[in-house]
Amino acid sequence: MTLVQKAGRFVTGTARMAFLGGNRLYYAWLAVLGLCIVQAAFAFSHQFENGLIVTHMRDSVSWGFYIGNFTFLVGVAAAAVLLVVPAYVYDWKPIKEVVLFGELLAVAAIVMCLLFVLADMGRPDRFWHLIPGIGHMNLPSAIMAWDSIVLNIYLAVNLTVASYLVYCAYYGIPYNKKFVVPLVIFSIPMAVSIHTVTAFLYNGMASRSYWNSAILAPRFIASAFCSGPALLLILFQILRKVSAFEIKDEAIHKVAELMAYAMGLNLFLFGAEIFKEYYSNTHHLVHYEYLFAGLHGKASPIAPYAWMSLIFSIVAFFLFLIPKTRRMPVTMNIGCVLIYASVYIEKGIALIIPGFTPDQLGQVYEYVPSATELRVAAGVFGVGFLLFTLMVKVSVSILFDRPTAEAHG
Amino acid sequence: MIDNSAPMPVPAPPATGQTRREAIILGLFALAGAALTSGCSSDKADLDEYLQKHFKDLSGDELKKVLARMEKKYSEQYGKPVTVSATPPLEGVLFGYALDLSRCIGCRRCVYGCVEENNQSRNPQTHWITVLEMDKEEGVNLENSNAYYDHETVPAPGKFYMPVACQHCENPPCVKVCPVGATWKEKDGIVVIDYNWCIGCRNCIAACPYGARRFNWGTPHIPADELNPVTEYLGNRPRQRGVVEKCSWCIQRTRKGLYPKCVEVCPVGARKFGNLLDPDSEIRYIIENKRVYILKEELNTQPKFFYYYGL
Amino acid sequence: MQRMRLIRLAVAGASATLLLAVACRPVQDASPRYGKAAGAAVAEEKGAPKAASKAAPKADTGVAGKAGAPIAKVAATTAALYPVAPPPFSDGVFPCSQCHSPGDKVNRTPHPVEFHEDIVLHHDEKNRWCLDCHDAQNRDKLHLADGRLIDFTESYRLCGQCHGPTLRNWKAGEHGKRTGSWSGTKQYLLCASCHSPHSPHFKPLQPKRPPLRQEAIK
Repeated sequence: MTLVQKAGRFVTGTARMAFLGGNRLYYAWLAVLGLCIVQAAFAFSHQFENGLIVTHMRDSVSWGFYIGNFTFLVGVAAAAVLLVVPAYVYDWKPIKEVVLFGELLAVAAIVMCLLFVLADMGRPDRFWHLIPGIGHMNLPSAIMAWDSIVLNIYLAVNLTVASYLVYCAYYGIPYNKKFVVPLVIFSIPMAVSIHTVTAFLYNGMASRSYWNSAILAPRFIASAFCSGPALLLILFQILRKVSAFEIKDEAIHKVAELMAYAMGLNLFLFGAEIFKEYYSNTHHLVHYEYLFAGLHGKASPIAPYAWMSLIFSIVAFFLFLIPKTRRMPVTMNIGCVLIYASVYIEKGIALIIPGFTPDQLGQVYEYVPSATELRVAAGVFGVGFLLFTLMVKVSVSILFDRPTAEAHG
Repeated sequence: MIDNSAPMPVPAPPATGQTRREAIILGLFALAGAALTSGCSSDKADLDEYLQKHFKDLSGDELKKVLARMEKKYSEQYGKPVTVSATPPLEGVLFGYALDLSRCIGCRRCVYGCVEENNQSRNPQTHWITVLEMDKEEGVNLENSNAYYDHETVPAPGKFYMPVACQHCENPPCVKVCPVGATWKEKDGIVVIDYNWCIGCRNCIAACPYGARRFNWGTPHIPADELNPVTEYLGNRPRQRGVVEKCSWCIQRTRKGLYPKCVEVCPVGARKFGNLLDPDSEIRYIIENKRVYILKEELNTQPKFFYYYGL
Repeated sequence: MQRMRLIRLAVAGASATLLLAVACRPVQDASPRYGKAAGAAVAEEKGAPKAASKAAPKADTGVAGKAGAPIAKVAATTAALYPVAPPPFSDGVFPCSQCHSPGDKVNRTPHPVEFHEDIVLHHDEKNRWCLDCHDAQNRDKLHLADGRLIDFTESYRLCGQCHGPTLRNWKAGEHGKRTGSWSGTKQYLLCASCHSPHSPHFKPLQPKRPPLRQEAIK
């Protein structure tokens, strides 16, 4: 067979593996995701037709739900690959297996990031203005230009390594370590860089004192490191039940332990920010007042979420720190959900909205996402989860359920 | 497990019926995608307009073609002859602006004069100038300012007024962050936007410390009888949905030696404009003789908009 | 005989030259030159007082009413320095000499007047009244504190006697509404164009409508 034929058969073979051979729950899951995507297509079409006026973003709060999700997902993409670090540093054989899944999660997360950016742009049809060589990029000063470059490079690297590994496994040929290992090693600083560049996007703007803090990049990395692996831990437990996927308990516990330290660091950095704002008590405190309480005597709609995020973080931190609760599946899973929710709020509404409220001229516009925004976001998450589900199903079929895969030819 | 040692058996080739089915399903997806994206545009984008290069990359001939195309489009759209120019900056000119806070009475005639002169959308409403009402006792405190005051007459007792629009900074943060370079500072100091290059990411709006920039969230609407037909490519030509706009110091007027509309319309003479490089201009007189100050000086944006107290 | 003719020719030539020189004396350069007009105005202004002081001694002995040609010439020169919009007279009120003849008897003590009821004096009215600015004999003119008469087109000189810093700012272009061109000759408005000289304080205006709240933009 020629390479083209092999590649073609790989695509069709994996497509079949993705869509066939699942149980009822699997198809129900795919149906739910499909529904999310279809309804989002209509919502996005409505937005494309009428403009972003169908969202609740306005000049005062010019970034909202879409960019909040984008920021959170960049963190997930970064953290998914950062698990590679302990695997190679500790030469911990049980963790090597999870590298592939980390990369698949990174791919799905980056795809979601790019979709959110497209959804948020005023002129998504002009995306080609961002392609180096064809468009006109404002380098080196525009951080957003750098962000678009590093995100795409990161996507390319992860997609290449993951497809290559799965391709080799599909045809049962040994993979070329000299090709894979340098790329995987390269993806580690890339992972740090995508999230750092995204943080720089915010903290480089002196006009927004809520973000203009040197500590924002470390906070991003720390909170990413807690949230990304949470998804993977839940995934591994599911895979263990539904397939022949094997992962040692100690690997899961190690990841949970690392998440505890990351959350500890995250809470410390958050505490440092809080001290500086409240102790110095300058004008800039007004954003934190909006986040945790409200302004001009009016309660803020995001305050309950901000407090929820803080409480969840602290609870999850202790659940993961204490070895007993870390090892018990129930408490560990509760911890995963709490951490995920907490960081989702922290990087989403608790990051974006207080930065814009009050705005640069002191005016307050209270932003809550509109129905269109929620629908489009649901669709983007649908695409990401669908992509991830299909890729995981294929990988598990090839790598762990080989006899089952063969039966479906 | 990923095991490099033993080769794995190759899976059997798929049955031909299945491949055909797969191809049909893929084809349907492609059609659906095309259907969703094609029928959605309501702006009737010209292919030429879509593929237009960045303003700074246009050659002299290409620019002429672009301007002619725009004149045709706007004249058809509004039913009256519209001109679109690309006037170059004057030599030896660096524009500056001064506003006397002791004189402004908050009447908002500058706001609406600007709306008419610069073809701002009436629905959804766009105002490039924001007038802030503050307490005389407290002084400039943006957190306690009010942009929505609605009194019978102005000035209201105990209040003073501060209009804010683009400060045309010498070190503009909006120019720094634009990913595609759709906004830049011209030689005469005006910060301009190429509306046909802007991708609508709104990073500039986040970066501007003065709340000067506006985004076209919906499709802008101007009644044809209120349109100002003398337009400038980088200034007051009618804008599109999904792009950012802001005060351009009436580039269509100032590059021809006239004052911006807000300066002319102000009934109390609070606004002053001129060439900072001309030692005899009133703007230089103000900077040299009055107590001027700039907003948010600590951010080092170096605005060329100076507030002062003349009385 | 020849010498006499030569002498006569020389005297005629010299006087002709002198007359020519006087007649063609450089006046304000009115061509709009980029950025130089204001400077030229200031430079000329420095020259003007000299011209005034040269001419003044002749005219001042006559005080008000004896304004002869020299004063008029000075007035014409300084008026040309600040090209102003025409004075904002109410319809039909000017020239005032339609009703007020130069020879009329005038009661110079402040008293309420029967005509001009539409004018309410609200401009330091405790210390000032009509004839402090309007000339008693020649109602088509205003007069400065020292009695010199000026045209209504030069009324800024009168205002500037009390409002000196404002006049200084007005000349530099800082005070007052600016229209026309930021480069080249400035177009000036008379003080009276914006500030009624009898009741100069600005009346409050009705503001234009506030912007829509962003929540209301759909």
